[in-house]
Amino acid sequence: MFRILNVAFFIILLLTTKANSLIEIDITRGNLDPLPIAVSPLFQDNNSKNEIKIENIGSEISSVVENNLKTSGLFNPLSKEAFLQKPDIAHLKPRFEDWALINAQALITGKVTIENKKLKVEFRLWDILAGREMMALAFTTVPSNWRRVGHIISDKVYERLTGEKGYFDTRIIYVSEEGPKTARVKKLAIMDQDGFNTKYLTLGNELVLTPRFNPTSQMVTYLSYFKNLPRVYLLDIETGTQEVVGDFPGMTFAPRFSPDGKKIIMSFAKDGNSDIYTMDLENRIVERITNHPSIDTSPSYSPDNKFITFNSDRSGFQQIYVMKSDGSNVKRISFGKGLYGTPVWSPRGDLIAFTKLHKGKFYIGVMRTDGSGERLLTENYYQEAPSWSPNGRVLIFYRETKSNDKGEGFSAKLWSIDLTGYNERQVATETDASDPSWSSLLTN
Amino acid sequence: MNFSKSFRNTFLVILLSLIVSACATKKTTTQVEGQMQGDVYTGTDTVKYLADGVPDRVFFATNESILTTKSRDTLRKQANWLRENSSINVVVEGHADERGTREYNLALGERRANAAKDYLITYGISADRISVISYGKERPVDSGSNPLSWSKNRRSVTVKAN
Repeated sequence: MFRILNVAFFIILLLTTKANSLIEIDITRGNLDPLPIAVSPLFQDNNSKNEIKIENIGSEISSVVENNLKTSGLFNPLSKEAFLQKPDIAHLKPRFEDWALINAQALITGKVTIENKKLKVEFRLWDILAGREMMALAFTTVPSNWRRVGHIISDKVYERLTGEKGYFDTRIIYVSEEGPKTARVKKLAIMDQDGFNTKYLTLGNELVLTPRFNPTSQMVTYLSYFKNLPRVYLLDIETGTQEVVGDFPGMTFAPRFSPDGKKIIMSFAKDGNSDIYTMDLENRIVERITNHPSIDTSPSYSPDNKFITFNSDRSGFQQIYVMKSDGSNVKRISFGKGLYGTPVWSPRGDLIAFTKLHKGKFYIGVMRTDGSGERLLTENYYQEAPSWSPNGRVLIFYRETKSNDKGEGFSAKLWSIDLTGYNERQVATETDASDPSWSSLLTN
Repeated sequence: MNFSKSFRNTFLVILLSLIVSACATKKTTTQVEGQMQGDVYTGTDTVKYLADGVPDRVFFATNESILTTKSRDTLRKQANWLRENSSINVVVEGHADERGTREYNLALGERRANAAKDYLITYGISADRISVISYGKERPVDSGSNPLSWSKNRRSVTVKAN
């Protein structure tokens, strides 16, 4: 039933019946009618119960899956109290009538075994209406990776039912904020996409801003005020190694990786003028991309590396521009009312997300790469800096609240919203948070 | 365009004065009146001094790095003082208010700090005595979310480096 394949430290085994299913989800528009899905707790082999410290690991994994699917806004996980069939029996062969009775259209079942201190998880996705199995998968890993197993199951289910890659087995790097507004302490922090496993990567001794993931590795680039010299740094989040990459005679800031992970693109400010530069990480060759007396900042590559979108006030005010990646063919693309900033190219290539300021309000929006089709997704007192989920369906950004005249009532939190403009929700963080950046999928 | 902008700014100042004077029976009425011109801060309550009679900071209009008449006056005082104290070097810090995107504000702070630095240089201070650093919107001096607070935060501050 389950075929076994070895993939790195994860052993992913896969066999799927290719039958056409009756259920599919259209994620291209706001989903007001999420798919009713039953996530049966993964049952645990009695023999292996003694070997593991985490109690009820099977239902813990299913809770991770349930929470992911619910947060996506595309699924409606049904209450477990209504389930009629026991997890172990359902995993062998569900009584489809029972699940149809509680209006489930899809069902996830699974089994957990511990062998030689390895965690083995099998799961199956069932199409209730068609009465058949849609997918069967198994993983083997170390038990401490159990949350990631939940995320990978979520991604597989999402992909099977929407036809697009998921974004659950991912992490968010952000800036943790504490203390009064006039003396904020900021640290780099990283967490799983669902807010678990938070780790702090810096101590808060120096100001740090705008961390961004390398799309191809576990590297991060960010701005640090170490020794009061604002410079772009590179951090390996596995080893903790840090190095300065933008050590120019002035401030380097607004760093971002190229999609192939080989270059950092950033702003360099000197004598009151900010221009855009790239640095090749292999040979450290620096190239100047823009040369204009205005402010040029917030650069972001198109996924094919051929174009760069950036923010410039060369028209007199902050607007969004697109150019070829050698700096030629500069074209302004934002022409609506107000100011535009923080352009960031979608990993799908078709859209640019941005922040817009108009009449004292801040908006997160998207437009096509020629500037047409502008769509504002959310309006607030203050919000900025959208970052795309790796599948280009969700944006994460940060939002600040207004303080009173004494500075009270101020907060900074992470929020996410679907590209459709629906499903806006706060992303829980241990502290106040800003400048989120979404990683690529950790496994495919 | 300019007319309507300055009209709007004047209106803001009047409105602010009204709001404040309306609730100022307990506080000192003079605290806000006349503290902004256009949307540039003209008061003194956050200003510190490099030396007697030499203010440490100048203020800017929203999204601007142009020095006002008063700013130039302050910077000339700083230049005089720096000439008399030639062993002292300074750092000019550039700051922005919270109503802008972080990265643009970093660039704007750098532009403001350099506007002040350039003016000091034209008044005879050697460029190698002045370094600049931008904090963007990261180090507000006033934590309020209102036009007066923002005007105090749009500033460059000259601090002794040694």
